[in-house]
Amino acid sequence: MTPFAYHASPDEQDAIASAVAGGRYIAGGTTLIDLMREEVEEPKRLIDINQLPLHDIRETADGLVIGALARMAEVAAHPAVARMQPLLVETLLEGASPQLRNMASIGGNLLQRVRCPYFRTLDAACNKRRPGSGCAAIGGINHNHAILGTSDHCVATHPSDLAVSLVALGAVVRIRGPQGLREFPVEALYRLPGDTPHLEHTLSPGELIVEVFVPYGPYAQRARYLKVRDRASYEFALVSIAAALEIDAGVVRQARLAAGGVATRPWRLAACEAALVGQPASQATWRKVAPLSVAGARPLSGNGFKIELLQRTLVRTLELAGEAA
Amino acid sequence: MATSEIELTINGHLQRLSLDPRTSLLDMLREHLALHGTKKGCDQGACGACTILLDGKRINSCLTLAVMHNGAHITTIEGLANGAELHPLQAAFIEHDAFQCGYCTPGQIMSGVACLAEGHAASPEQIKAWMSGNICRCGAYPGIVSAITQTANASR
Amino acid sequence: MNAIGRPLPRVEGAAKVTGAARYAGEFDQPGQAHAVIVSATVGLGRIAAIDVATAQTLPGVLAVISHLNAPKLAYSPHKGFIDPAHGERLHVFQDDQIRFFGQPVAVVIADTLDQAEHAAAAIHVDYAARTPELRIEGVETLPAGGSHASAYKARGDADAALSQAPVKVDAVYRIARENHNPMEPHATIAAWDGDRLHLWSKSQFVTNEQVEIAAVFGLPADHVHVTCPFIGGAFGTALRTWPHVTIAAIGARHVNRAVKLVLTRRQMFYTTGHRPRSMQRVALGAGTDGKLSAIVHEGTAETSRYEQFVEALTTITSYLYSCPNVRSSHGLAPTDTSTPTYMRAPGEASGVFAVECAMDELAGALNMDPVSLRLLNEPSIDEGENRPFSSRSLKDCIEQGAARFGWSRRDPRPRAMRDGRLLIGWGMATATYPAFHAPAGARACLHGNGPAEVEAAASDMGPGTYTSMTQVAADALGLPPEHVLFQLGRSDFPRTPPHGGSMTMASVGSAVQAACLAVRAKAVQAAIADARSPLFGAAAADIDAADGSLFVKSEPARRETYATIAARHGSIEAEATCSPDEDARKRFSMHSFGAVFTEVAVDPDLGIVRVRRAVGAYGCGRVINPRLARSQCTGGMVGGIGMALMEQTLLDPRDGRPVNASMADYLVPVNLDVNELDAIFVEEDDPHVNALGVKGVGEIALTGIAPAIANAVYHATGKRVRALPIRIEDLI
Repeated sequence: MTPFAYHASPDEQDAIASAVAGGRYIAGGTTLIDLMREEVEEPKRLIDINQLPLHDIRETADGLVIGALARMAEVAAHPAVARMQPLLVETLLEGASPQLRNMASIGGNLLQRVRCPYFRTLDAACNKRRPGSGCAAIGGINHNHAILGTSDHCVATHPSDLAVSLVALGAVVRIRGPQGLREFPVEALYRLPGDTPHLEHTLSPGELIVEVFVPYGPYAQRARYLKVRDRASYEFALVSIAAALEIDAGVVRQARLAAGGVATRPWRLAACEAALVGQPASQATWRKVAPLSVAGARPLSGNGFKIELLQRTLVRTLELAGEAA
Repeated sequence: MATSEIELTINGHLQRLSLDPRTSLLDMLREHLALHGTKKGCDQGACGACTILLDGKRINSCLTLAVMHNGAHITTIEGLANGAELHPLQAAFIEHDAFQCGYCTPGQIMSGVACLAEGHAASPEQIKAWMSGNICRCGAYPGIVSAITQTANASR
Repeated sequence: MNAIGRPLPRVEGAAKVTGAARYAGEFDQPGQAHAVIVSATVGLGRIAAIDVATAQTLPGVLAVISHLNAPKLAYSPHKGFIDPAHGERLHVFQDDQIRFFGQPVAVVIADTLDQAEHAAAAIHVDYAARTPELRIEGVETLPAGGSHASAYKARGDADAALSQAPVKVDAVYRIARENHNPMEPHATIAAWDGDRLHLWSKSQFVTNEQVEIAAVFGLPADHVHVTCPFIGGAFGTALRTWPHVTIAAIGARHVNRAVKLVLTRRQMFYTTGHRPRSMQRVALGAGTDGKLSAIVHEGTAETSRYEQFVEALTTITSYLYSCPNVRSSHGLAPTDTSTPTYMRAPGEASGVFAVECAMDELAGALNMDPVSLRLLNEPSIDEGENRPFSSRSLKDCIEQGAARFGWSRRDPRPRAMRDGRLLIGWGMATATYPAFHAPAGARACLHGNGPAEVEAAASDMGPGTYTSMTQVAADALGLPPEHVLFQLGRSDFPRTPPHGGSMTMASVGSAVQAACLAVRAKAVQAAIADARSPLFGAAAADIDAADGSLFVKSEPARRETYATIAARHGSIEAEATCSPDEDARKRFSMHSFGAVFTEVAVDPDLGIVRVRRAVGAYGCGRVINPRLARSQCTGGMVGGIGMALMEQTLLDPRDGRPVNASMADYLVPVNLDVNELDAIFVEEDDPHVNALGVKGVGEIALTGIAPAIANAVYHATGKRVRALPIRIEDLI
């Protein structure tokens, strides 16, 4: 680990000023410390934001507000979350481990970095870690890598489960920065790798996620997260789907869908969503829309199976969501 | 070397330490306080051997820095027994042969203590799910589940 | 009451549940510095330049050692029990050659671990790299020779019989490379005292580590002392002495301080052995009645370029079933990777997978129950060696296991059993492992007060050596187990064979029993010759021992405790060495057998396999401690679930990098993957195998489970997957 200065920030103003001056926020630390130990991350100055008053989870008239420093476990155990957005509880409990969920913050979860093994070691080519050095995964071991949203420069999957469900639910991140507050959909937080895979999100220097707003919708109670992986727990997704449906009289009125484990960012399945509206909530419908989920997929040498697995996982999740509530 | 001063309560004892800010909570225990009961299995948050209770909650001590926990209360495996009297879960681990090599055991037990306190030990299935952050390569999982089940039943 | 056979809890249990048990890397020494290895980042070539300038100036750094400044070491010839017979071990820091990805190229010693880690990352190495050869298929192979000459077996004319067989199956089976991944990483603390070296080092074979390091440094063996009272799992990875032990000792000498070196989890995939990748062709021929007429078993496994590692890949084939025509062979594919090593049930687990899947395929081709097929081909003797088995309980294992499992309720048709949308599969396989026994020593000492002390240079990586030896000693001495203190893990204790190959109970147990009987005889002699003893004048043959006392059998009132005798006489000590009965071993074929039954549930849409339950029935001689033996067997089943469904070390084809070298990416089962596991032991009284009648359980527990799962997956899905691990993409 490269030496750094440590600063426990007392308030947002101090934290943002410290970050603008080149510091790096740390909350749960479960991503950052791991990568600092590998020296993939080398912040000169760590700004501990855990004292900031961003831990609350509260209900509003139209949704749920989750403080960026709330821990995954706290959100998963919160009665308002269970009541208003059961999808988030299911999603959070599928992620990481009980210990890590006690540590990892919601803001940090959204900004966690990729699990590509070539990214996480200094001695491999990785455009994300060292722009221009190449992508070792494309010609290497890429079983877990992305089939969607990839480029010739990066094929790493975004690892967050939570982000997938938040994208599906149309959640919004609220950001405080040197220029004040702004907000935008979680979906807009993430960039595609393109030819700049080292740029992962749309935050400006010093900007801090302060909370996430999850709007309530008629689909919230008919929502499921399904995570497919090779062992039953404590593993990142090979494929995951968050599906939330509004069904009325057996007809889909609204569908919100996103996929994880298959794309370089949480992957909104907009074409599937559109195709579902007005269709009967049936196995036949689920099967009919599934092929739309893999439009534009580009398999690598080791992950072609994800094209089929994504469609099957989507069909199953729609089926489960259709049965839910 | 710039060091940071911190103060923590570990197993009921106040400790003052002057540490390299890079020091993980795990290395603080093992390398600075000779509390070797907390184990390093992967140093990456991927095995659970380093599980401790931080202010009553189970965490992976390898993935956090000691300097981030000034004023915290930490319980490690060494702080669980009351003198010669084992914590009920420790005794249950022996009774159910819930370990072989013993290296993951402190982490399993700390995780199990938290699993019980959280109320996540209502059924074997729930225990399995909530104990899946602790890998046991010897494969003592059935014994671990039995030990936690028995301890949960005894306290009901 | 005998201690042997009782399900005693582990004697070291309290130490393990309180964190008091100390593992190798926890014996901190005064003034100790920390070492971190720099590993090669190319797969083949040479070091063109090493830039250590930055690293050397970093705070706390004491030394950087590479081939440029390392001492020239003796590397005297030494081949231990567990070293490959052909080839030469890796010499560290002795030249500029890179033989495999991850080879140690330098070490940093610093005051603290954080300083050493940071400095190690600051060392820049330039390589002249070439592309390593990694393939094991489509390349020239070497015949596996050396200590496993038995890998070549032939009787009859298997190929001719195969071609004439009315029913046959012929397929190739593949198994991925696996790494042991014990929870405790390899760790060594090295401290020199003049020209004497003390190592606290993770080892399943402390006396070999002593001799090996002495040979590496050109020291007399008694100048090296190795201590390892606890092992945090090993499964074979701590049998050999790997380069990091030498590096720790080099470092300690260089900085003139004690040095602690712990491998990172990633480095655990580089230089500490692995189960080799293998491919095996198995062809079976049978009559329409199911009687085997031909078995061909050709195996190839990877080894390194510098050593020829041979395991028992095809050795089970000659004795498992009755068949007049059998041919087996074992080839090695040298690759530019590090040397494989023994990993739990080395060779047998892989070989049994191929043969037992082939048997399942044959049962399908014959339209016959897999259990019936095996019972039909049960031999009366070891047809490979042409001699009887000392005991063979396979039939009992199959029958008792099948009954416990409920096998008779199986619908034989693939895809016929369902639970809702899930496909249910029931599969079974035979398990087997040799009953090894090697010479071992032990020492026993009776004291005027305190427990009887028994010691041997053995190890306990988890099976329960501490407990089972305590039980053996207690019965031999006639003491309650709580009055016995068994110690192990020191190279100055009497020598024992490696803690592997399921031979600890047989070998060390026999020695412990012999040493205890010897010290008991000495106590008897001391008492009957001493006028102050109530036993004075009795005949030694009339003396028995129980509850800590010696007594005259015909006059039980004449008795005296060991403590009284030893208090008067002074401590009484005896050492014994126990060797296998070579005559019995020539007359009999000695193996454990078992039968494993599994139920899997497969999600037909998503390809997810879950092992719902497993029953293993084992015939492995006398069971010293049923509680611990059962744990070993169910633990082996968990390992088998990993082998069948998860474990694989993936090498980057371009440079040989083990890509998934972490606990997050190399998958082993977690708690939620494991359901109902049941192990039963069939009664087996084997008077030939050794004095204790034990065969060992640790290894056989890992054979049989993977093919039973693979066969269950076939039964569930109708899809035969012949490569491990079986993963989601294989089933969608």
